[in-house]
Order: sequence, then structure tokens, then C-alpha cells
Amino acid sequence: MSELQSMPMAKALNAGLRKALADDPKVLLMGEDIGPLGGVFRVTEGLQAEFGKQRVMDTPLAESGIVGTAIGLALAGYRPVCEIQFDGFIYPGFDQITSQLAKLTNRHDGTITMPVVIRVPYGGHIGAVEHHQESPEAYFAHTAGLRSVSPSTPHDAYWMIQEAIASNDPVMFFEPKSRYWPKGDVDLSESGRPLHSSRVVREGTEVTLLGHGAMLSVLLQAAEIAAAEGTSIEVIDLRSISPIDYDPILASVRKTGRLVLAQEAPGFVSVGSEIAATVTEKAFYSLEAPVIRVAGFDTPFPPAKLETVYLPDADRVLDAVDRALAY
Amino acid sequence: MSYTEATLQLLSPEGRLVESDASAEYLPLIQQLTDQQLREFHRVMVVTRAFDVEATNLQRQGQMGLWVPSMGQEAAQVGSGFAARPQDHVFPAYREHAIAHIRGVDYVDIVRMLRGLTHGGWDPREKNNFHIYTLVIGSQSLHATGYAMGIQLDGDTNTGDPERDRAVIVYFGDGATSQGDVSEALVFAASYQTPEVFFLQNNQWAISVPVSTQSRTPLYLRPSGFGIPGIQIDGNDVLISYAATRKAMDEARSGQGPRFIEALTYRIGAHTSSDDPTKYRTQEELEHWMALDPITRFASYLRGRGEGEEFFRDVDAEAADTASDVRRRTLELGIPPVENMFDNVYSEPHPLMQQQKQWLADYEASFDAEGAAE
Ligand SMILES: Cc1ncc(C[n+]2csc(CCOP(=O)(O)OP(=O)(O)O)c2C)c(N)n1
Ligand SMILES: [Mg+2]
Repeated sequence: MSELQSMPMAKALNAGLRKALADDPKVLLMGEDIGPLGGVFRVTEGLQAEFGKQRVMDTPLAESGIVGTAIGLALAGYRPVCEIQFDGFIYPGFDQITSQLAKLTNRHDGTITMPVVIRVPYGGHIGAVEHHQESPEAYFAHTAGLRSVSPSTPHDAYWMIQEAIASNDPVMFFEPKSRYWPKGDVDLSESGRPLHSSRVVREGTEVTLLGHGAMLSVLLQAAEIAAAEGTSIEVIDLRSISPIDYDPILASVRKTGRLVLAQEAPGFVSVGSEIAATVTEKAFYSLEAPVIRVAGFDTPFPPAKLETVYLPDADRVLDAVDRALAY
Repeated sequence: MSYTEATLQLLSPEGRLVESDASAEYLPLIQQLTDQQLREFHRVMVVTRAFDVEATNLQRQGQMGLWVPSMGQEAAQVGSGFAARPQDHVFPAYREHAIAHIRGVDYVDIVRMLRGLTHGGWDPREKNNFHIYTLVIGSQSLHATGYAMGIQLDGDTNTGDPERDRAVIVYFGDGATSQGDVSEALVFAASYQTPEVFFLQNNQWAISVPVSTQSRTPLYLRPSGFGIPGIQIDGNDVLISYAATRKAMDEARSGQGPRFIEALTYRIGAHTSSDDPTKYRTQEELEHWMALDPITRFASYLRGRGEGEEFFRDVDAEAADTASDVRRRTLELGIPPVENMFDNVYSEPHPLMQQQKQWLADYEASFDAEGAAE
């Protein structure tokens, strides 16, 4: 029985978190300003009032402290979900995430689990000041022991946050903050899907476009424009950054022969680079053109007035599509 | 660098009970100890020192990549170690071999880690909640604080049932006090009033850097700025180490919030087997602290109470046996299977781990096949 409701991603996440809190008394939320304020993006709105201060904790303002104590709580049998206020403020917690959270199961020779979720609002398009528009996912994808995912729609956000909380491994949950507000249909009865699965969101035959998070709306827009010009484009939502679900990607590339990857993060040593290398290795004889990456420039994220130049848009994606088709 | 007016002490360096206004509240906790418990303090200090010396030798002989000596810090460790109850959780740094032993960790499991066979070595649940060593300075202070927050959420403080009340004790060094994580742990502990004791072993040095570089005020004053009571004890006096920790843990378990203990002690050995302390500290300083040796001091106390020489001879014999047993079992240790590298990175199946494990197996098998073909 599906229960379709139209809502923005922020509300879908709120509904997913509420369900997780209601279903399992061991689930806790921790973060800065997540209590009465409901988080700076209102993702946790109303949850402290409903579940109490012990389960929805406004923590001291210290990211290492949030992650480090979440680790201790996980050792004590809890399932903490930490909110990092903005992408660029995750670095004070980087050491606890990469040296502790990611490695503790391994350090314990597998005798413990680390069911901790780190929620990270990330990415540009919101015209904010420095440290509020970054896409740091590659740092975490590079670290063994972590899983990383990023939904692009309210519906995926709803079930993926619940699956992330159900995971016994630590999950970095990247929320495309520019997509918090647009509404989409959410099936509130959705559950039990595999967390690490990519998905074909638009079928096509000539070029495959692949991305995650806020990039999806850009890719779909590009596909629409291309269709009007007579080019058939397939669009895939990566959804899982680590591990990567390659089967749908390889199947698509074997069909289209062309792959264009788009991401907001800088391209150098990035998720896109990794996928480009792997697809080249696994589908070499199916490729009609080199895999082309469209990415943020390898500069710091620029001041807001320049962000539209920095962030890949439909034109830059279509330019890459043209280059791929020219081979 | 040595004791101050604030330093609490129950045993003088000569091994006599100190009766002062400051120590008065701790004496009754000592008077409750049985002869057998007091003997056990001595036994663990001596046996752990023998293990430490043997491990140092094993390292020199190439049997371990690194050794981290505990010599000189036995009283701080043994006293506080016996003050925790079995249901309490202990978060060590990496030098707490005596406490590991008290909580049931096999000395050889410590060797396994430093020999390069595992990054951990034991399952804390099987070792009376003695957690594995943490090598990143100060990180464990936050894990301990989070664990203590969990105990609080479980409602396991001040229950009226002493078997159910639980607390956490976390160990760290003077160098660690400069880490942000330790300050953040103090902030969280104060904010949530966690059932937790911060036990600082101030052994005067962080590798080659003296404690004066970490702090210009005595470190036991640091927690007061966070709203946590702190005391300074003579860390080479096993009795005050026991009594002060016992009191602090009882208070933590009964819901009175976190406590902080600075134990003044000294690292008699090198920082690790890779270190050369002659480059940064003087012979006079070393001799000063050797004269304050925790084992000699406590042995004098026991003799003063009438303990016979036979007991001391038995303990020395046990220490020698333990050392040779550790040596024998160290030499018997094998190498872990290669699959271990992939098996425990995640708790749930992961495609990269499965692929790479398979790739390695095929790669290695390819050599066997080549060999067979020739
Ligand atoms: C974050 C971090 N920085 C540096 C090191 C290297 N290191 C290992 S032990 C140590 C000194 C620690 O001193 P202290 O906290 O006083 O503990 P002690 O070794 O004296 O017991 C240093 C700098 C480390 N392990 N972790
Ligand atoms: Mg030190």
C-alpha cells in the first residue's frame, strides 16, 4: 500500500528521522541547534518536542566532540545520528570520523559495530558565504570503513535516511541543501530497499549522464534540452558514493557507449575520477568516446556571485555531451 | 616538577602512612582493604614491571616493532585500576598495561598489537569492559564521555543498586591535555554531567616535551574552568591512587557528575623503544624520581605492617615465571591470515572488500599454478 504525499526533502528527512526515532529507542539525534530551532535547515523540526531532550540533543558547539561522543554512545549500544551544520564545518570532526569512526570495527577485529550516521548538508546553489557551499564527499569516500550516500529526491531522502540508520556501519549522509525545499512525491510506506543502489531516472540511447545530489536536476534539465534537439540521453542517479553500484552504470554505458559524469565537487582526485577509471577498465570495448568529467573547478568554492560560473550547469553538461558525441 | 602542597598522599616516600587533614577523608577507604587486597596491589605492580622489562627485551631482540614501557607508573595504574568495579568501563591510552592485566587482558594480547598482528587485540566485553588502546592522543576521552552519556541514558547511575550503577574512567597523559579532544570531552562531560572520571597520568613528559610546555598552571586546576572538580595526587603512592579514584568513581556512579584526578608520576623508561631520553632529560631528574619508586615504597609499607619475606619471594618468582611465559608464547605467535585485512573493515558485506579479497586470492593462486606447470 503506497501512501503518496508531496513534500520537500527537508520534510521527508524529518519524517524519516521521526520514524527511526519512533521505531527504535536506541536511535538518538545529536547536533548544533537541532532542538527547539529544529536545525538551521529545520530538518529536525518538532523532533525534540516529540522525543525529548535526551533523544534529540542540542550538543555543545564542537564537531570533534559530537562525533567522538557519538562513537562512545555507539559502543554503549546506541545508534546516534549526528548533524553537521554545514559541509565546511565537518573538518574539526574529520579526525574522529576518519581515524576513529571509520576504523574502530577494524581495530576491534570485527567484534564491534559502529552504527553512526553523520548527516551533512552540502553543496552550492544557495549563494552563501564561505564554508557553506562545499562538496567534501571525496575525502570520506577515500576512507576505508565509511559508507557514503546522497539522495537527490524527497522520496529517496525519506527511505535512505532510515536505511542509513539501520546500517551497522558508519554512514556519511550527504544532503544536497539546495534541494531541501523543492517538493516531490514521497511514498511513506517505502522500506527495506538496498541503500547502495544507483538508479536510471531517465532512459535514453546515445549518451549516459551520471551524477548525485543536486546535480540530478541539472542532468535532467540537460537531457530535456538535448531531447528537444534530437539527442536521446539516459540519466543515472548515483545515490551511493561509496560503495558505488556499478551494474546499472555499466549496463547503461554498454548501451549508449558514452558517459558524461557531473559533480559539484572539484574534479581532481574525485568521485567522478574514480568512476571514469573503473568504467574505462570494465567497459572499454563498449566506449565510443572517452569518459568525460564535468566538475567544479579545482579552486576553493568561489564567492557567491561567482558560484553559477563554478557549478556545472546544463550548458556545461551539454558541451560535454557534444564532445562525447563528436568522437 | 615534583609534589606540591596540593598533592594528596597517603604513603610517604619511605612507605609510612601520612595522617593529615587533607588525607583524612581517604584513609577510611584504605582501612577497608583486606590484607589480601593489599598484597594484590603489590603483586600486580611487580608482575607488570617484570612483563614490561621482558617486553622491552623482546623488542630489542626484534620480536616486536615497538614497545611502550609503563615502568614507574605502576602505582597510578594499579591503585586506580582496582578502584573501578567490574561493571565500569575503562578507556585507556596505550601505556596502561597494569590496568589491562587487572581487567583480565592477557599480556600477550598487548604484545600481539605491538608485534603487528592486530590493531586492537581484545574484545572489551570479554575483558571486564577494558577498551582497546587508542594511539591518537586524546581521542579516547571523547569515546569515554560518549559512553558515559550512554550510561546516563540507560538510567544506570544513582539507582540505589550498587551492582547496577556504572561509571567510566578514562586515562590520558600530560601531553594529551593540550589536545582539543580532551577539552571537548571536559565540555561535554560537564554539560551532560556524565558519570566519568578523567584520570591524568602526568609523567612529566610527552616524548621529549616537558609538561611546562603543555601548561603553565598545575593541570589539576584545568578542569575547574570547565566546572569539574579536580585534585592532584601522588601518583607513585598506590594507596592514594586507589582511594582518590574509589571516591571519585563512587561519586560518579551515584550521579554527582564527572571528576578529574591528576596523578603525578614519572616515566622511568623511554617514551617508547624508539626514543632516547638522554637527549632531553637529566640523570639527576631520573634519579630523583627513581628514589620515589612506587614499588619500593609500597613494599616498605607492607613490611612495616608485618608482611613476611616469603610473600615477596613468591611474588618475585611469579613475576619471573610470567615474563618467561610471555616470552615463550610471543615466540609461538603466528601471522594472521591475509583475509583478515578485508574481513573486518565493514560489518556488512561490501563489494570492494569482496572483489579485492578475491583478486588477491586469485593472484596468489596464479603463482601456485605457474609453479605446478613448470
Ligand atoms: C594526535 C597525535 N599526535 C602525535 C602523536 C605522536 N605521539 C605519540 S605519544 C606522544 C606523546 C604523548 O604524551 P602524553 O600524553 O604525556 O602521554 P605519555 O606518552 O607520556 O604517556 C606523541 C606526541 C600521536 N600519537 N597522536
Ligand atoms: Mg606524558
